[in-house]
Amino acid sequence: MLYLIFGYFALSIIGITLMALSRRNPIHAVLWLLLLFMHIAVLYLFLNAEFLAAVQIIVYAGAILVMFLFTVFLLGVREMPREERFTNLWQGRVAVGLAMMAVLALTLSKIMPTWKGQYSIEYIERVGHTKAVGSVLFNEFAFPFFLIGVILLIPMIAVVAIAWRGRS
Amino acid sequence: MISLELYLILAATVFGMGLISVLINRNLILLLISLEVMLSGVNLALVALSHYLQDLRGQVLVLFTIAVAAGSVAVGLSLLVGNFSLRGNIDLSDLSELKEDLPERSDFLASRGVKR
Repeated sequence: MLYLIFGYFALSIIGITLMALSRRNPIHAVLWLLLLFMHIAVLYLFLNAEFLAAVQIIVYAGAILVMFLFTVFLLGVREMPREERFTNLWQGRVAVGLAMMAVLALTLSKIMPTWKGQYSIEYIERVGHTKAVGSVLFNEFAFPFFLIGVILLIPMIAVVAIAWRGRS
Repeated sequence: MISLELYLILAATVFGMGLISVLINRNLILLLISLEVMLSGVNLALVALSHYLQDLRGQVLVLFTIAVAAGSVAVGLSLLVGNFSLRGNIDLSDLSELKEDLPERSDFLASRGVKR
């Protein structure tokens, strides 16, 4: 039963990714991307990462998708021209990408986890997943967490600068 | 319990499809969408490894990845809007204004007072 549900989600993630990347209408592509994020959030629930599933729904499906939809509706792009969809010499690029994908899948499928950390499933269920993630985040990764604040500030300044250059 | 290899192969497949779409597309919106798909594949691999290695650092790294993805999408979409207001299309092949010939570029740098 578990394999059946996982097989459905794996196959539908691959199919949804193909649909999202092959649409010519950008609105359709963004909406298929929303469905892809929902399915990946369910896979996070499979992996006992419910806080990340909530963050995936809120940030990706709530914030980033709204930014995409706002831009698509602002520009009013209907469809791409049919003959100018791809770059020239795209067959070779597809071959290189397929080769890289095959090498990546073969390499990742050979990973055998032998090392085990201290955060077992029983510990996470006893403490609570959000509290466990928070303790790791603020004990071990406190300085990168502040750096993430700076990294979120810099794009704001960059966006304001780009908007000023576009207006003048 | 589902084995780790299935998750990792699924993540590699999603990442590879996004990679191929980044390589061949000319539409800037589809380019940003395929960047998001690549990041989703990496996030899936990180969460799966974090679950099977019983370590929470991978999930913290996924939080950082989501934050950086939000920033990069904001900058990319604002560049797209600026390019659209400048030219009227969102074609990637028109973004070749930084590519100039070498003597003109040296003259440009000399006019700006840059010494090399």
